[in-house]
Amino acid sequence: MLLLLTLPLAAALICVTAPLAVAPVVTALSGAASFAFVLVLVPAAAGGDIDYLRILRVDALSVVFMLATGFLYAAVAVYSIGYLSAEGASASSAGRTRRLWAGLNLFAWAMLAAPMMSNLALLWVAIEVTTVISALLVAIENTDGAAEAAWKYVVLASAGLGLALLATIFAYYAGAHVLGQSYDLGFTQLLAVAGRLPRAAVHLMFVLAVLGFGTKMGLVPVHTWLPDAHSEAPTPVSALLSGSLLAVSFYAILRFYQVAEAALGPAFPRNVLLVFGVASLLLSMLYLFGQRDVKRLLAYSSVEHMGILAIGVSFGAPAALAGVLLHVLAHAAAKGNAFMGAGVLVRKLGTKQIPAIRGGLDLLPWSGPLFLLAIFALGAMPPFGLFRSEFEIVAGGLHSGSYAAAAILIIAVTTAFFGLAASVTRMMMLPLPRPRTSVPERVPATAGAPAEGPGGPEPATGTVTSTAAPALTRGEPSAWMVVPVAAGALALLWLGLHPPPVLDELFAHAVALFGHGAS
Amino acid sequence: MSGIVAATVAAPSALAGGANVIAVGVLLAEFGMFRQALLRDQVRLYAAQSALISVLAVVVAATRHLPDLYALAALSFGLKTVIVPIVLRRMLRGIGAIGGDPRWNDIAGSHALSVASAVLIAIAVAAFGFFTVAALGLRSPVLPATALSISVAVVLVAFVLMIVRRDVISQAIGFLSLENGVSLTALVVAAGLPLILEIAFLFDLLVAVVVFGLLIRVHHGRAESMSTAELTSLQG
Repeated sequence: MLLLLTLPLAAALICVTAPLAVAPVVTALSGAASFAFVLVLVPAAAGGDIDYLRILRVDALSVVFMLATGFLYAAVAVYSIGYLSAEGASASSAGRTRRLWAGLNLFAWAMLAAPMMSNLALLWVAIEVTTVISALLVAIENTDGAAEAAWKYVVLASAGLGLALLATIFAYYAGAHVLGQSYDLGFTQLLAVAGRLPRAAVHLMFVLAVLGFGTKMGLVPVHTWLPDAHSEAPTPVSALLSGSLLAVSFYAILRFYQVAEAALGPAFPRNVLLVFGVASLLLSMLYLFGQRDVKRLLAYSSVEHMGILAIGVSFGAPAALAGVLLHVLAHAAAKGNAFMGAGVLVRKLGTKQIPAIRGGLDLLPWSGPLFLLAIFALGAMPPFGLFRSEFEIVAGGLHSGSYAAAAILIIAVTTAFFGLAASVTRMMMLPLPRPRTSVPERVPATAGAPAEGPGGPEPATGTVTSTAAPALTRGEPSAWMVVPVAAGALALLWLGLHPPPVLDELFAHAVALFGHGAS
Repeated sequence: MSGIVAATVAAPSALAGGANVIAVGVLLAEFGMFRQALLRDQVRLYAAQSALISVLAVVVAATRHLPDLYALAALSFGLKTVIVPIVLRRMLRGIGAIGGDPRWNDIAGSHALSVASAVLIAIAVAAFGFFTVAALGLRSPVLPATALSISVAVVLVAFVLMIVRRDVISQAIGFLSLENGVSLTALVVAAGLPLILEIAFLFDLLVAVVVFGLLIRVHHGRAESMSTAELTSLQG
């Protein structure tokens, strides 16, 4: 555990100080090692809680989220090797590349650390750290769009976290009534006395926490930063933001939910989550249709999946909760894949505009099909992990009698799938129009979209132009950008067809953390 | 409402009165941020507001015998009243927003609404927060509940500030003063919060300020202004 905390930090330091050539190697190694350490933790955490130094604590619930982060960290680290080397190593971009490597490590470090915290206050601190690091990473492209997205992100997320801090303070207030003035907000302590906490304070705490951390998670009324940040950030950062940062914020909400459920009974916290979840699902579903920017498309799909998670928790049945946890893992793999696949497409064609991206399957022999598979996985097609998890969530919902919500879930998920699939199949299947092959990145006229807007061409337009124009023959930009996506697809298949038994055990332990002491 | 009336009928103690006066001072500083026309003064106002909170921490520490709070007061004074304003001012001077081109000194025109309407909205929001929290009946061991209501009003007014002012400095200061409001809440309901956690919060705040500063620089470098009015290209 301690290694997990120090390793990415050390990697970040090395990236800052050592020669630039070392950074990719160190990051990839650190990513792989972190994932391995998390895997080692899995059986241990399935057996029981691990406490360390009073401030660190890992139980089954936290390991699920660490698995998602660890996997994506490793995948993204490998992917970035290809992503960044394709950008060329001019002197001006060297500093930026170095900052991106260091930032990736720091970001992963903060996200791995957050689920390991044993008390609500440190959890808040860790999540605020993820915010500030990722805000810098969003801004790193130094375009007008990136500056705008980063500013919106940091202002909105910080304001949201201000509310979350207020929630933390009220949690302390509630706990201090029972435990005395000098306890340190550990959630085991808080849970142990949950039945005796003052109810008004817990109500206030939970709503503030959902609103506050929900801002970072992308729940609907407070999701507005999300599509901007996801579309303007460099692709590896988008993948981490979507697959893992949102999940970590969801983890924080789950911790508050545990306390609120134990203190207030299940009805109130579940209804709060249900409202936010349904709103997220319905709104993002509509935005998936007619979306013109491929990364924004995926970002709204993230909002949709966060909505599914919130609804799943609101069902409260054990099957639904296990489904939610599986969903976290599968969504991390699928969304990571989708962003990485989209990154390859964008790199290849030099534009993010969906109407301008055509012929993906012809151009990219590996990434094309893998991207398509990732999208089908996101739409919960059968052989993949997300089908299994959404099936469990719906089954749990029907079991607990929430027929209306389960019906909405099914309809919305199906509709969202059509929205997603329509755009993506058009990008992949339709042939690339011939005349444009010579100047692929100039396609604005037919699109009628604000293609000239600052949201325009993705990273370093100059290098893209030079590599894309001759490379519009069939071929991959870099093998490094295929391997992690393939690994993610395999993981998805594995989660969908036959999840390993130890994972079931882990989920069972995590689910057992909920729903006790409903007074 | 009867609870509020009853609370005001009994004459408050000197401590309660003093605490309430300081809390009201914090709220007034928040309102002052609505009409500040110069970047420099906006930062100053924030420093003054933070200083008030440190004073309140000392008062609580002295009267309730919580020695931890002295350390907290000193730290928060050092950080929020001295270091954060210095960092902000240095960054602003670095891009010529203080002392340089007068166009960038001036944020008077950054209102989405007129100052009067903004203040009226803020008063309504503050009153809403004040009475809602009072109705919840949360009691504090160290300070009068009125201070809690005022602190929540500060948080809400900080939100209004971030919404109605369209310049990066006011939005950053809005966030920082939001955090001040939360600190005030923490003093009232969570005075015994372990020092180590408070230090973690403060350190976090410092990191956030540096990041805000960097992004302000990036924004200024791209947009050549302090205004956020043009940040409208990402939609849909």
